[in-house]
Amino acid sequence: MRIKSEMHTPETDHSFTLTRRRFVQGIAASGVAAFVGGKFNLAAAETTSHSPPVLTGNHFDLAIEAHQVDFTGRRVKAIKINGTLPGPTLKWHEGDTVTMAVTNHLPAETSIHWHGMRIPTAMDGVPGLSYAGIAPGKTFVYRFPVPQNGTYWYHSHSGFQEQLGLWGALVIEPRDKDPIEYDRDYVVLLSDWTDTKPETLYSNLKKQSDYYNFHRRTAGTFIEDVKNKGLRSTVADRLSYGRRNMTPADIADVTSATYTYLMNGNPPDANWTALFKPGERVRLRFINASAMTLFDVRIPGLPMTVVQADGNCVRPVTVDEMRLGVAETYDVIVQPHEEMAYTIFAQPESRGRYARGTLAPRMGMTAEIPPMDAYPLRTMADMGMSGMAHMKGMKMGGMSSDQMPGGKDMQMKGMSDNSMPEMKDMDMSGMKDGAIDPLAGKTPFPQPGPRTTRLMPPPSRMMSRPAQTREGELPLRLGPEVASVPMNTSPRLHDPGDGLNGNGRRVLTYADLRALYKGVDGRPPTREIILHLTGNMERFIWGFDGHKLSEAEPIRLKLGERVRFVLINDTMMEHPIHLHGLWSELENGSGEFSPYKHTLLVKPAERVSYLISADTPGRWAFHCHLLYHMAAGMFRSVVVS
Amino acid sequence: MPRLALQLVFAGALLASFEAMPVCAQVPATPVDAPAPASGWPKPVEDNRVLTFVTFDQLEGRTNGPNTAFRWDGEGWIGTDFNKLWLKSEGRVTNGDTSDGDQEILYDRPIPHLRYFDWQAGVRLDLDSGPTRAWAAIGVQGLAPYFFNFAPTLYIRDGGRVAGRIQGSYDLYLTQRLILQPQVELNFYSQPDRGRGIGTGLSELDSGLRLGYQFSRKFAPYLGYAYSGVFGQTATFSRQAGEPTSAPRFVFGAWVWH
Repeated sequence: MRIKSEMHTPETDHSFTLTRRRFVQGIAASGVAAFVGGKFNLAAAETTSHSPPVLTGNHFDLAIEAHQVDFTGRRVKAIKINGTLPGPTLKWHEGDTVTMAVTNHLPAETSIHWHGMRIPTAMDGVPGLSYAGIAPGKTFVYRFPVPQNGTYWYHSHSGFQEQLGLWGALVIEPRDKDPIEYDRDYVVLLSDWTDTKPETLYSNLKKQSDYYNFHRRTAGTFIEDVKNKGLRSTVADRLSYGRRNMTPADIADVTSATYTYLMNGNPPDANWTALFKPGERVRLRFINASAMTLFDVRIPGLPMTVVQADGNCVRPVTVDEMRLGVAETYDVIVQPHEEMAYTIFAQPESRGRYARGTLAPRMGMTAEIPPMDAYPLRTMADMGMSGMAHMKGMKMGGMSSDQMPGGKDMQMKGMSDNSMPEMKDMDMSGMKDGAIDPLAGKTPFPQPGPRTTRLMPPPSRMMSRPAQTREGELPLRLGPEVASVPMNTSPRLHDPGDGLNGNGRRVLTYADLRALYKGVDGRPPTREIILHLTGNMERFIWGFDGHKLSEAEPIRLKLGERVRFVLINDTMMEHPIHLHGLWSELENGSGEFSPYKHTLLVKPAERVSYLISADTPGRWAFHCHLLYHMAAGMFRSVVVS
Repeated sequence: MPRLALQLVFAGALLASFEAMPVCAQVPATPVDAPAPASGWPKPVEDNRVLTFVTFDQLEGRTNGPNTAFRWDGEGWIGTDFNKLWLKSEGRVTNGDTSDGDQEILYDRPIPHLRYFDWQAGVRLDLDSGPTRAWAAIGVQGLAPYFFNFAPTLYIRDGGRVAGRIQGSYDLYLTQRLILQPQVELNFYSQPDRGRGIGTGLSELDSGLRLGYQFSRKFAPYLGYAYSGVFGQTATFSRQAGEPTSAPRFVFGAWVWH
């Protein structure tokens, strides 16, 4: 086994016990597994437990190639990086300058986007915004300083290549001592695989949006409902949904009707395995790298302590289960004390099949696989309580900022546009590479850490209160692009999500996330930008404020300004909304400890707000991370200049 | 014969598009602004893909024992979310004789402020063993509340002749794959057309109840019962021509789409 150990000087360890940290290379572990099983076979790698290789250093050569894979018994085309799916885990060190030479061996244009990284826009890897993409046969060299630490991932931003496997994990070691204490470290990449060509899948959804939904309401479920709820309420319920041509069974657009779910590229039977010794603290870096799947993750018998969300440390919170929106990451610590195996169980919100792996003291062990939870149904809360309004020219009831979660501490003091806080309070010692330029005041803020401090506007500025402006509060009307507008929207931060309520387990919610370190930008926002997440499931058209990318103007932010984004989900589905290049500081009531995220899962009929420091100029992508929603137009560009 | 050929061209166009692959539309990109992307950069996402769709709601034999007729009713489109070209084709072949031949080419757009309905305008050609007629067509098609498929169309031709057609159907899911589909089509004419045996008023009705099983979303064989009949003046014309005024039949066929 190739085990990398790190040296730690005792003086950096104050309250933490020093342990030999090991980054276990799963490929070695699985190699053992394969050997023990006696069927080590490179040609059939997908059916034998394996993990992506780990690459370390400052320079990485990545080759993107088409390969045949077999996850289901059929050999079909996938995309691999350096011959693996997932691509290799890249291990960086905060403060290093890294170089990735990415060579495209595909017949089509490709790209790699470094998801969650705060890097120059030209390195962000979005064709059409950052660059032209990487043409067939060409090599593009990414080079940037690594300004942050934590767990992230990378993926293609071209066409449907994410669905074909073009993604991998990023693990960035902190420059300072990691506040998270662990003995073993594993990346757990969750993904969805289909043998169907993604273009076909997209076209199927456009023509029949419930193509992959085999949980429709039928005559059979009608009879069941009548038995359970009585005839009157069943009929009333059916009519209520039917009137709008909607169904509470609309949980996911793409389901296990076509998907096989993978853990580190392993189908459930391959049983990806992570080893531990009883008593060890095991860090699991969960990354939802799927195209369309929300995963509910748990390890029956082992509570998980969430220590990091989207690469940023949070106050440890112990849960039994957590939901990962597409592109979200959560790092958890588990500490199994028994000499036994535990199942890492990840069921999609739409249930059906699952991804599964095992935590075990030895290779080859398995634990019981828990039964699948019931298929969830949408509720009145998802419809906005009092149902949908038929918006005959009616204006959306907007909310004032004092209704915003976590907004209380932010709103008294505005400051004039453009004004940057004085930098004298800033501790610069932790920012060797990305040091704030006090003159321009316009270089990126550092990631909150043990050595950053909160930057407040000077008292003189805090007294004056320029009016907050509000943008984007459109009178939305129903139409081909807006199938529903809920009467009421509200923050649902304490709600774990559909299918997770009342399951007897402690499930992580957004209200649980409280940053370990204070956010660095303490300025109140001067502007609020309200965006509705809209769509028409029947037509499979998705967008913001009723418009697809091709019909919309970019969202413009002034370099240096502090802005509040308010997202209002008018649809009956969750949308993981990802803003490139800038942090999204979720206003969940944690005040100055608001968690920094790169992707926010917005529930149906939910209103969520977050603060953004527009501290990095560029053209940034802002989109739903459900791949086929993005492809259908749920995408905007955010221009910071 | 040339009529039949033309008809086959329509039906063939629908069938041929089964093989057609989606292509990318060349639609103007997002307005360019600073920092401007270089020319030749792709769009971040292609949200106006041109797709093709073909479906047959009826592709079936209709039999009453001694006589079996073949009936098709299909439609398809090529286009984007907001601009589509539709083809519709229906007809019936009985003993080598084609009737009810109806071929349409329509331009289609979503209706603003309606979620699930498109308007369509174009041309209808009655092409079968009878005399050929050409109509201007305008109609709507979409999903009415409670998941009813609904498509009323108005036709106008020379001499101020007006015709109307209403099509409706409903997919009742008995199980996730077993579907019971009631369907109806009504035809109205403002003036008689003896050449095609059509009288004033409600002239024809075609209805059916089909039970299909979705082996896949795109292929569902079905069995059912169809009733077609002619009424009023049209029925009188039929009787004068010695033809039956109603045709109850068992049907067998398949719903297919691509």
